[in-house]
Amino acid sequence: MSDAPQSTPASPRPAPAEGFPAAGNISDADREELRRHGILLTSLEELYNWGRSNSIWPLQFGLACCAIEMIAAATARFDIARFGAEIFRPSPRQADLMIVSGTVTKKMAPLVVRLWNQMPEPKYCIAMGACAISGGPFKQGYNVLKGIDRLIPVDIYIPGCPPRPEALLNGLIQLQKQIKGEKLTGPDAARHTRADLPSEYPIPAYGAHDLEPAKNPAVWTPPAPPSA
Amino acid sequence: METVQQLRDRLAARFPAARVELVLNPGVAAEHSLRLDAALGRDIALFLRDDPALRLDYCSNVTGVDWPDKEITDVVKTTVPDPAGGPPKIVEEKSVHVQPGCLEAVYHLYSMSLKHGPVVIRLRTGNRADAVTLPSLTPVWRSCDFQEREIFDLFGIVFAGHPDLRRLLMWDEFKDHPMRKDYVEPDDYEWEPTAHGAVLERAKAHQLAAVAGVVDPGQSSANPPKAAPGSTTPATTAPVKEAKP
Amino acid sequence: MSCSDFNDLDAELTAFGHPGGSSVRAVHDQFHGDLLEVSMGPQHPSTHGVFRMVATLDGEQIVKLKPVFGYLHRNHEKIAENTTYLGSMPYTDRLDYLCSMSTNWAYALAVEKLSGQAVPDRAQYLRIIMAELTRLVNHACLVGFLFNDLGTSFTPLLYAFREREKIIDLFEALSGSRMMCNYQRFGGCRVDPTPEWLAAARTLVENFPRFLDEYERMLTGNEIMLARTQGIGRLDPAHAVNAGLTGPVLRASGVDYDLRKVDGYGFYPRFDFRVPLGAQGDTYDRYMLRILEMRESVKILVQAFRDLPGGPIMDPKAKLRSFRPKAGEAYGRLEGPKGELGFYLISDGTPNPYRYRVRPPSLINLTLLEEMCLGHTIADAVVILGSIDIVLGEVDR
Ligand code: SF4
Repeated sequence: MSDAPQSTPASPRPAPAEGFPAAGNISDADREELRRHGILLTSLEELYNWGRSNSIWPLQFGLACCAIEMIAAATARFDIARFGAEIFRPSPRQADLMIVSGTVTKKMAPLVVRLWNQMPEPKYCIAMGACAISGGPFKQGYNVLKGIDRLIPVDIYIPGCPPRPEALLNGLIQLQKQIKGEKLTGPDAARHTRADLPSEYPIPAYGAHDLEPAKNPAVWTPPAPPSA
Repeated sequence: METVQQLRDRLAARFPAARVELVLNPGVAAEHSLRLDAALGRDIALFLRDDPALRLDYCSNVTGVDWPDKEITDVVKTTVPDPAGGPPKIVEEKSVHVQPGCLEAVYHLYSMSLKHGPVVIRLRTGNRADAVTLPSLTPVWRSCDFQEREIFDLFGIVFAGHPDLRRLLMWDEFKDHPMRKDYVEPDDYEWEPTAHGAVLERAKAHQLAAVAGVVDPGQSSANPPKAAPGSTTPATTAPVKEAKP
Repeated sequence: MSCSDFNDLDAELTAFGHPGGSSVRAVHDQFHGDLLEVSMGPQHPSTHGVFRMVATLDGEQIVKLKPVFGYLHRNHEKIAENTTYLGSMPYTDRLDYLCSMSTNWAYALAVEKLSGQAVPDRAQYLRIIMAELTRLVNHACLVGFLFNDLGTSFTPLLYAFREREKIIDLFEALSGSRMMCNYQRFGGCRVDPTPEWLAAARTLVENFPRFLDEYERMLTGNEIMLARTQGIGRLDPAHAVNAGLTGPVLRASGVDYDLRKVDGYGFYPRFDFRVPLGAQGDTYDRYMLRILEMRESVKILVQAFRDLPGGPIMDPKAKLRSFRPKAGEAYGRLEGPKGELGFYLISDGTPNPYRYRVRPPSLINLTLLEEMCLGHTIADAVVILGSIDIVLGEVDR
């Protein structure tokens, strides 16, 4: 990019607003050029996202076998601390990320939703393992929820049974990328900045034969039939 | 240790009022078992635990088995001489009778002090609907505590004399007994990469319901369904129908 | 809580064969004021998964404690009754997810008993090698978790997981998966280890006592640990036998009952090892017993590597496809790292078992949790629970 002739800007530059131009309006090429001269330009949005993405505190919360691999990811060999996510908080009030690591049973599902509701925004959810995604090997079970995305929104899915710790780290890096790309204003602003999107989700009740409701239609509906 | 046959005879002599049957295990393992009279079950269990030659102080495994009603077809073959003088015909008469089902609790007993076992005992309920009470053996072996609660939960056998008979695994509001053979699971939409057969049929119902904007069949009717915005088809599920005069 | 509740409590304890005696009665006399009911879990850092207990506290002391199960009830038994015998093998991995190798073996043992399947010598040795390596993993991690509960916050667990990773790497090299090995088959094992694998495993086992020494230097004799574990959670042997406790928890109370000796399944009678026993039955004994068992496991492993014969790893007559055992039933059990792990199978001659039942040691070992915790503080209850060693996949199945 530095080889590009300086006379041709990388992108047509919109007219600067009143006062300071927004950092987002300076082209990447210009910022790169400035950076090489020792001037760091950033925007509040980038700084904010950079800080958040590098200190994601997960909720200390294991459900089943996958939780053991989650613990393994926190130990010396895989060392999730390299990505700033080693502080597992036992309290949902202090956590940014819920790693649903394992089978969510119908008996456990209302509690998972309650934990999610107790977490403050901005919050993210990783479905770790086949069970959390779709019920996995246990999907025929009468007491198994067929995917946590039927009740709460999920940001990252990590397949595997169990996913290796490296896969969890990759999922975390993907989440960091997502956070870094989040907008704070405008029509495609991130979920936590928008007042019209819910932060809490209805908690299903224990029914006589199943959970009531068994799924949250606002979050999940069955896919359309392939032929229709 | 004495054989199961000897033990059966000894029990029959000690408890003349009780019916003790030997259940032969035709498999390779040949672990035969004793079916005890449910009414005297606890007395016999106490005897088994305290008898100096047996000392079955350790009840390892307790489990339920569901035996649903079984239709048994009896075929009676009779040879009828042909009136025309031909060779006699064989006529098969089929009659169907229903063998009533029951629930069964199976206990595997060992002795830790004498290091022998297992002695397998079984108790049967009268049927699968209303006569489902068996004596609890938790006062004899504390290890039956959780396992009998589990059987109560999953099979629906009521253990009389159990100190704390509640559901163990499912929630208290749950009504069914899922380990019974005739239990029908709630219909959740299930994703499969190559769905076929019954799974496909069930999946289609959910998908079509989603397109139509009505609450899909797996959804409980307890929460009122909402028509999707812009949907022209009115929701046609139970609560709406009930609202009609 | 009113007086009538106290009476209920008494009645309950008496019904359990508990005398309702001094240790309980002294705690709840009328002068202690209000009691507090605390529900711990299912999301709690020291309940080892989604386990929940509801404790009634007088000040900090426990006067009543009820475990609540089922938050990980994954319907293993129902699924197994709807699939083939072999189809359940991967599910057994996920029962006790720390010890998939021994759970596989327990299931294979039960099916072999049901169908009369023979197992070749080399497979028998390999099974013992895998089971004892699993025991090392389980006990090392358990001690790490126990110290987590004691408040060391992760450090011993880091050491334990360092060793675990080494063993797990071996399992992965052999079976293709770190945790879910799916290694045993009815009539043998799935993969034959290469000489390099065996050499690596032997080196690991020879170095393991060094790790144990390091571990013990850090932990055993630590003052806080002694204060928090000695005399805590006493379990008396008669009670333990009646409640069906098995494994290290039972042996820590001094009852000599190890299925490797009693049943002599597999080729264990060919091995020279001792069964450590505790004297007091308290948390400290349960910790110490695990360390001693690991040392005995190393002894078994050294002998197994020395004597490992050649030959096939599968019985040539073994059938994997269209496997239908004769009608009948069998109960197969072995000494898992957590206690007696049993499988009860009823076959009706079809490819699927008619009844499939797991006898979970973790669940039954919790039977006396309340008795062990009564009169201790809530912080001790966490440590006692840690010393029982449960894994929720097996408790709830
Ligand atoms: S995905 Fe596999 S490893 Fe993870 S919880 Fe489910 S069964 Fe266990």
